Amino acid sequence: MNILVFIKQVPDTNEVKIDPVTKTLIREGVPSIINPDDKNALEEAIRIKEEYGAKVIVITMGPPQAETALREALAMGADEAYLLTDRVFAGADTYATAKTLSKMAKKFDYDIIFCGRQAIDGDTAQVGPQLAEQLNIPQVTYVKEVEIEGDTLIVKRALEDGYEVIKVKMPVLLTAIKELNTPRYPSIKGIFEAYREKEVKIVTAADLGVDPQEVGLKGSPTKVISTTTPETQRAGEIFTGNVKECVQNLVQRLVEKHVI
Amino acid sequence: MDFSLTKEQQMVRKIVREFAEKEIAPKAKEIDLTGEFPWDNVKKMAKADMMGIPYPKEYGGAGGDYISYIIAVEEISRACAATGVILSAHTSLACFPIFQWGTKEQKEKYLIPLAKGEKLGAFALTEPNAGTDAAAQQTTAVLEGDHYILNGSKIFITNGGKADVYIVFAMTDKSKGTKGISAFIIEKDFPGFYIGKVEEKMGIRGSRAAELVFEDCVVPKENLLGKEGEGFKIAMVTLDGGRIGIGAQALGIAQAALDEVTKYVKERQQFGRPIGKFQGLQWYIAEMATKVSAARHLVYYAAWRKQNNLSYTMEAAMAKLFASETAMEVTPKAVQIFGGYGYTKDYPVERLMRDAKITEIYEGTSEVQKMVIASNLLKM
Ligand SMILES: Cc1cc2nc3c(=O)[nH]c(=O)nc-3n(C[C@H](O)[C@H](O)[C@H](O)COP(=O)(O)OP(=O)(O)OC[C@H]3O[C@@H](n4cnc5c(N)ncnc54)[C@H](O)[C@@H]3O)c2cc1C
Repeated sequence: MNILVFIKQVPDTNEVKIDPVTKTLIREGVPSIINPDDKNALEEAIRIKEEYGAKVIVITMGPPQAETALREALAMGADEAYLLTDRVFAGADTYATAKTLSKMAKKFDYDIIFCGRQAIDGDTAQVGPQLAEQLNIPQVTYVKEVEIEGDTLIVKRALEDGYEVIKVKMPVLLTAIKELNTPRYPSIKGIFEAYREKEVKIVTAADLGVDPQEVGLKGSPTKVISTTTPETQRAGEIFTGNVKECVQNLVQRLVEKHVI
Repeated sequence: MDFSLTKEQQMVRKIVREFAEKEIAPKAKEIDLTGEFPWDNVKKMAKADMMGIPYPKEYGGAGGDYISYIIAVEEISRACAATGVILSAHTSLACFPIFQWGTKEQKEKYLIPLAKGEKLGAFALTEPNAGTDAAAQQTTAVLEGDHYILNGSKIFITNGGKADVYIVFAMTDKSKGTKGISAFIIEKDFPGFYIGKVEEKMGIRGSRAAELVFEDCVVPKENLLGKEGEGFKIAMVTLDGGRIGIGAQALGIAQAALDEVTKYVKERQQFGRPIGKFQGLQWYIAEMATKVSAARHLVYYAAWRKQNNLSYTMEAAMAKLFASETAMEVTPKAVQIFGGYGYTKDYPVERLMRDAKITEIYEGTSEVQKMVIASNLLKM
């Protein structure tokens, strides 16, 4: 069984600040990490490998320094790593990204593709689903549990107020959420092996055989006009205590504000 | 000259820090209060392959370099100094002599499970009457057939009573002085081996310092480590490496104090502004940061020399001396900067101050480090 895991290196913060002049994310001084949901995806792939036997192939598109994220993935237990890096890939929106990644995916005979639900820097949650569409395979998003039965996966998909159980045949794309598992720490031995015994293979646009017009900024239908940080609104108020106290407080506050 | 860490070392720092902040730090206060041995931390470190970082994979280690190991001790100690010394004593004092002087059979039987973290190790040199004067060993070992019979006691032994494997020093020939000391590998279940008094300590309270008692303890002949009479040399060379580990522990404690202070002075307001705005405190912080940085360079330099098979006795002593004195300088400063809050258990700085003191004492007091440095310099 081959499992592809698509990961993204992101700045380690939930409060990404935007430079008011350049309108881009301020990344300076912010350490880079593997996107949290992607780590859940990777962890699940490694667990499947440990339980059923599989090859875990991890792939990212990004700048050369994204190699660190791949090394960490190798240290956690991935078998192979590919870094899609090329000037022409830069500035890709989710459509161009998914398209580029799909070209890479097609190079493998895969059974499962794992993505994280969404990246903490962009928060779109689009790349996974778009990748499944580009590959024309079924997808299950918001996955919180996976079981394998032959060529079929039994997947629990989280909903706001419960979950769905979905039976789906491989090949399939899944997007992981943090409820799926607790990612392991890469072992220290794994770190040395990742640097000394494993390889991060570089893949360029030419290697993928893609038309430079179709990828990166040029291949992106989305045009960003401007980006701003919204002004903080007045903070809401949270009542704590038992229900009776909370209701009393709430009513009192509404009376004070002449709402009732 | 290149001061940067390799990519591997940077990754080790990142991962161990993440691990220490999430898994170790949240329990440090509790461990200090109860004095309970942090088995859970040891198990987690073992799972992450941290108990044998600098040893080859064939011997159960992580196959890493010495600087990576030292970084791990620093980062773990930054979160919990008691856990830091458990790691350092295990790796530097118990695993190392077996790796260096052990026979193939001894490495297979003892080093592999130790380096994998399946077993815990300890090192027992100090006796009630042989502290700084370690050569004054009173524990004896007498060969009788294919066994040695040990009698005597050791005190203040880190991991004592918790460890499975002990490196124990004893006199095999009193007439030969230091050349009459030998080293043994002793398992916790050997007949005639008992655990005595467990110390109540000022700091590193989660770690163990216990008395070991040997009453006609039966040790198989093949558990002699190195040759008869090599024990003192084994102890001294082992302590040279151990001191880099204790330097790293002190460094981690000092860094933790500095981190706490940098956070606190931005939050605490007096006279209508954060106290970090006062130049009086800025000067303290600048001095603390400078000392911590100097300590780090000395510690890493000693580790680098060991990694590269250069002599490191003097550099290890300098690193331990300076890093431990730095820890003892910056941790009370941190308490001072926290004011009354720093004196309470609501903040970790009082614990850091108590934890720091031991680094000037064990594996050779500061006075001993100066003796080592001077004798290496003067050679007289
Ligand atoms: C928590 C803890 C853990 C320990 N863990 C271990 C362990 O795992 N294994 C182990 O073998 N030991 C261990 N020790 C023992 C430790 O290494 C000794 O306590 C230390 O070496 C000092 O010996 P001592 O306590 O007998 O002090 P002493 O030797 O009695 O020293 C008293 C004072 O005299 C000074 N002094 C002594 N001789 C001289 C001299 N010639 N010139 C100048 N000053 C001198 C010393 O520096 C010190 O200030 C541990 C101790 C503690 C407290």
